[in-house]
Amino acid sequence: MANGSITDNTLEWPSWTEITDALTLSDYNTMIVVLGTTLLGIAAGVVGTFAYLRKRAMVGDALSHATLPGIAIMFMLVGDKHLPALLFGAAVTGILGVLSVIGLRSFSRIKEDAAIGIVLSVFFGAGMVLVSLVQQMNTGSPSGLDRFIYGKAAGMIKQDAMFIGITATIVLLGVILFFKELRIICFDQQFAAAQGWPVVLIDLVMMGLVVLTTVVGLQAVGLILVVALLIIPAAAARFWTDELRGMTIIAGMLGALSGYFGSTFSALLPRLPTGAVIVLCAGFFFFLSMFFAPRRGIFANLIRRYSLSRKIAHQNLLRSLAEIEERFGEGIRAPFDTLLAYRSWSVTELRRLLKLASRRHEVTVDTDYKSGLTRSGRTEAVRILRNHRLWEMYLIKHAAIAPSHVDRDADQIEHILSPEIVDELERALAHERQIPPSPHLQEPAV
Amino acid sequence: MESSISSKPIDKTRVTDHDADTPVSIHDMTVAYHRKPVLWDIDYAAPEGRLIGIIGPNGAGKSTLIKACLDLVPKASGSVCFYGQPYKKQRHLVGYVPQRESIDWDFPASALDVVTMGRYGHLPWCVPPGRKHKEIAMRALSQVGMADYAKRQINKLSGGQQQRVFLARALAQDAQIYFMDEPFAGVDAATEAAIVALLNELKAKGKTVLVVHHDLQTVPAYFDDVVLLNMRVVACGPTSKIFTEENLQKTYGGRLTLLVEAAEAVARGGQR
Repeated sequence: MANGSITDNTLEWPSWTEITDALTLSDYNTMIVVLGTTLLGIAAGVVGTFAYLRKRAMVGDALSHATLPGIAIMFMLVGDKHLPALLFGAAVTGILGVLSVIGLRSFSRIKEDAAIGIVLSVFFGAGMVLVSLVQQMNTGSPSGLDRFIYGKAAGMIKQDAMFIGITATIVLLGVILFFKELRIICFDQQFAAAQGWPVVLIDLVMMGLVVLTTVVGLQAVGLILVVALLIIPAAAARFWTDELRGMTIIAGMLGALSGYFGSTFSALLPRLPTGAVIVLCAGFFFFLSMFFAPRRGIFANLIRRYSLSRKIAHQNLLRSLAEIEERFGEGIRAPFDTLLAYRSWSVTELRRLLKLASRRHEVTVDTDYKSGLTRSGRTEAVRILRNHRLWEMYLIKHAAIAPSHVDRDADQIEHILSPEIVDELERALAHERQIPPSPHLQEPAV
Repeated sequence: MESSISSKPIDKTRVTDHDADTPVSIHDMTVAYHRKPVLWDIDYAAPEGRLIGIIGPNGAGKSTLIKACLDLVPKASGSVCFYGQPYKKQRHLVGYVPQRESIDWDFPASALDVVTMGRYGHLPWCVPPGRKHKEIAMRALSQVGMADYAKRQINKLSGGQQQRVFLARALAQDAQIYFMDEPFAGVDAATEAAIVALLNELKAKGKTVLVVHHDLQTVPAYFDDVVLLNMRVVACGPTSKIFTEENLQKTYGGRLTLLVEAAEAVARGGQR
């Protein structure tokens, strides 16, 4: 970026009242635009969920690019005045594009990604040629077809918003009505077909909803970016839930939020292209979801991994103390150096672990860092030691791992043993409630 | 005219009729992918109430056989009937367990959701599964020992547990005839035992089960009947008679390692 661009004041920042006016939809035109893009976001998020799960999301991209020749042809025939005609043309060539992808995939050996690339670029190329012909025909006056390519939500009128509203209603009704059918073809197409569900017909219903959403979304977001509204909210929603109904609802909400904020921002900064801002909003929600979603998010994963490694370290400390007690008698105060030699932990690490364990009242630490188990700590330590020994025995007996190697292998897995597996181990090894002796003791000392 | 009829010899080894008492009868079926035949002229009648192993080398067309029976791949010629009727009319009698790898297990669904899909075939368009169907699905999950995992997201299940969920889904279909595509592939010992128990349970209820199976060692123990397949039906019938070294040699051709395996299996089978 050039240094001067900051001072180059082409972007005028809106005043506070302008911002609140836009966000609360007090201006009629803004309201139309925001309402339209929000509804579009809902429709795209909801139907996008199924396209995404059916792994057909990119077909939406071929579809949207393939709408351009249709728009241009209808423009030549009827002119710019008649929007439904333009959208009809868009739908026709868009569907042709989808059929071409399906045809290429089924009747030649071209894979889907290549088929999409071919169809997308060829149809878009044809569209660009036709658009330039249109522009040469009405010399001087710009055709305004650009808005279909890049999107221009600001120009949205009541009629456009109504189209989108009707589309959103159809999409919601369709998805509610055919939820079961869409679910089964997205999950397991073969099983669905074996049960007699007409997979092609259900696919057509789904693609029909995608076509509808894409075509009415063209003016708002533009054909280059409209696919983003199908994919991004759905992909983001997946982070928040493991349940299809929930995912559909969340995707619809994220789509709505993207549409709402995107169009409000671009209403405030009229030089920014609406479609791009909406997509950036969607992208923002995606990153938010990817990082911060509970359970499936990246941070949740990191935290889980961190707390597991902390738990493992803590359990290792307790086990070491239990082993020391096993050798020297209950209630022994283990000197720091003895404990340090037990495992490959550093001085600072061990000190930290002792501090943490004493905070949990499982270990008491003296001023000279001698340490010992409390009563509750001992109960826990004995349980851990027992699991460890059970697992060692199991590995030796059933997995044929040499006793000299078993400790390390047992170490890695025992911390994640579920109570059910421990029960099973007990049964398999017929050790009732007692600590099996260490297998290492049976080995001659090295 | 008369002479021409009498001059045509009738091939008595072929299943010429689709018998209404036969669970699955395959007649003259040929299947081709990209003009390359995968199955040639298959004739087979599955006997009722038996566990039938479909055995053959990789690429022998075992999965294709199942898929062609269930109208999932087009047949170049021939026909398949279930109790004398085409599949279209008998779907409710047929349960299907596809290969576990055929789907994406990251799909947002719980084990119970998946098993409930087994009930979809009993539901008309646009009607969601009600409580009755969920109860049937729950029972099917218990039958495979997975009741505790009903709410578990399916990608958090182990491979063996996923396979059991697939079996439960087929059980929820409440069928007479079951097709299972490699249910034993890549499962743990516990699941293998659970599947075997389930197969025997199904047999005890008089169901007919056809299972694509890879492990020759376990064939004599698991299956009453075998279909030895390598593009054609090399041999079929009761395991004790058909699962012989000679037939396996015919099925597996020159594949030396497999032959050794097979010979071992036969030797072990003979001791039983």
